[in-house]
Amino acid sequence: MPRKTLEIPRKIEWLSVLDHEGNLDKKLEPKIPAEDLRKLYKTMLNSRMFDERCFHMQRQGRIGTYGPTKGQEAASLGFAYAIGKDDWLVPSFRETAAMLWRGWEMDKILLWWAGNEAGASVAEGINDLPICVPVASQCQYGMGVAWGCKLRGKGQVCITFCGDGGTSEGDFHEAMNFAGVYQTPMVMVIQNNQWAISIPRESQTASQTIAQKAVAYGFDAFQVDGNDLLAVIVAAREAVEKARKGGGPTLIECITYRLGVHTTADDPKKYRSDDEVKEWEAKDPLPRLRDYLIKKGVLDEKGDQAVRDEIKAALDAATHKFEQYRHDQYEMFHHMFADMTPELQRQMAELKDYHEWKESGKKRQPSRVI
Amino acid sequence: MPQMTMVQALNLAMKEAMREDPNVMVMGEDVGQDEGVFRVTEGLLDEFGPDRCVDTPLAEAAIVGGAVGLCFMGFKPICEMQFDGFSMQAFHQTEGHVRRFRNRTRGRHTCPMVIRMPYGGGIRAIEHHSEAPEATYAHLAGLKVVLPSGPRNARALLRAAILDPDPVIFLEPKASYRAFREDVPETPETMEIGKAQIARTGKDVTLISYAATLRATLDAAEELEDEHDIDAEVIDVLSVAPLDSETINASIRKTGRAVVVHEAPRHCGVGAEIVARVVEESLLYLEAPIKRVTGFDTIIPFFANEMTYLPDAGRVIKATLETVRF
Repeated sequence: MPRKTLEIPRKIEWLSVLDHEGNLDKKLEPKIPAEDLRKLYKTMLNSRMFDERCFHMQRQGRIGTYGPTKGQEAASLGFAYAIGKDDWLVPSFRETAAMLWRGWEMDKILLWWAGNEAGASVAEGINDLPICVPVASQCQYGMGVAWGCKLRGKGQVCITFCGDGGTSEGDFHEAMNFAGVYQTPMVMVIQNNQWAISIPRESQTASQTIAQKAVAYGFDAFQVDGNDLLAVIVAAREAVEKARKGGGPTLIECITYRLGVHTTADDPKKYRSDDEVKEWEAKDPLPRLRDYLIKKGVLDEKGDQAVRDEIKAALDAATHKFEQYRHDQYEMFHHMFADMTPELQRQMAELKDYHEWKESGKKRQPSRVI
Repeated sequence: MPQMTMVQALNLAMKEAMREDPNVMVMGEDVGQDEGVFRVTEGLLDEFGPDRCVDTPLAEAAIVGGAVGLCFMGFKPICEMQFDGFSMQAFHQTEGHVRRFRNRTRGRHTCPMVIRMPYGGGIRAIEHHSEAPEATYAHLAGLKVVLPSGPRNARALLRAAILDPDPVIFLEPKASYRAFREDVPETPETMEIGKAQIARTGKDVTLISYAATLRATLDAAEELEDEHDIDAEVIDVLSVAPLDSETINASIRKTGRAVVVHEAPRHCGVGAEIVARVVEESLLYLEAPIKRVTGFDTIIPFFANEMTYLPDAGRVIKATLETVRF
């Protein structure tokens, strides 16, 4: 009956491949075809330019409150790159780069931020779920999708995203626990962007890392430089491969930083210093990837400009398409159930009658609608 | 026709659905090896194996939230909440996702799942085991809320709930689980969700109830006839969302008087909605104010005193006499 330290046979690895000064660990460098590298860069840049466009459109009142993704692009894009079309991607709400890679149309994403359900109606053929608002609640259905992937036995996997703040929610822990118990092919990604609105990472949990939380649920974890697309891809590929082979879940904590505001309704000057932001601006994933591509000879200044022009044209087209959209004010009644209930039919008729009455200059004698 | 308790009838409905459709699965705490704390899931693990009758860890939100994800993979999960009170541990998943996905995604992603739970008081259970949350769920647009009252309709409604393309909260009156047996047809039977039934025809007054208090209401109707020469019609609501206004209003237009009976608290209870719909649609047919016989706006007492709280036939009779003699 000795007293001893227990050995917990789980590992948490730190991973960085390309640092912010451009130093590359050749041994760890993932093999990525040049064409894919260009496409990854284009997607990350597209995400960044889309983000800037959204920010300005919010300021102009053309969309609603917007949550920027600036600085966190690599931490979602790398995962989208590591999975196939048949796999699943369950976002939180700062995964625009991954969504663009998966084939989401920009006008659809704009519709979401402009307050239209059409922006959450995932296109056929894309195995993604829409943006999720209640923090960490998506971990539960992400776990369920992964569980379903296992039961279907077709080798599919599910990537689920959550933020550092979300790891304090019960839903995160319940989902992690179920994922461990049922050995679901789930890759649980934490975008640790250091801030949950105004609450810093240190105040969110006493754990030294978020990655280590996986140990409690019986599986392994990575903590990666989330602004290093190459490191994210290495970790994602390994976790996806393991999940596909029946090896169960992996937690991947991406160390990143929210360079922008929490949302356009937020003023981060109230809780964090400009110096801190500057420090992280130097670690921005986008120039890091561009410099890597240039060094590798798969991109040059001219090519970079051409990509920017292409994205700008696509953005203009998407913005135009988005602004042509007209919502049907009665559509809210149509999607409550497969068949509209009699009471909903009555309520829709009541609303239509009101609109007609209003259009008649409120002169027509109101009629009774049942 | 075999005679069955409600527990056996519910069990039969699940077995039938699971035999017919390999996508139907049951998940919850102690539903497998233990066959459910009320034995509603008896034999499911043996017949369908651990992937389709899943003993889960103890986390209601993960059962319900996980089921949402399973729906997207084409499964039709039946989630068991071990007790009504504990369903609140999954409330945010039910409110935040189960009821919203169809609307949120304009029909692209749906949740054809059932959340079953033992409902209500009357079995001398400890705190949090005797709750009547139907109004709480009925208030959440996007959910159907069904309460059977006997073995036969329990089997037919659970089958309908499993086949339904939308999420159904299925509240099983635990006081009725083994209280009586009924003939249950040998071949599968379904009932339309959203339709009430006339449990007893009458002409003097309409008594409206559901779940376990339907029995007390039917007993009251017998006594009203025998002792007071009052011929009461009794409506079994069966589904509080959608609510069958038509059947309720048609009966009240005939009788001109009504008493609504349920064990849940009165304030903002289903009775209030029923009264409102009658007032909106049949006011001029009413001969007397509508009475409500309900649980009180208190927390249901610990079991030593729960029968004081739960409506019994006597309270229904007194309220009916007041209505009829108004």
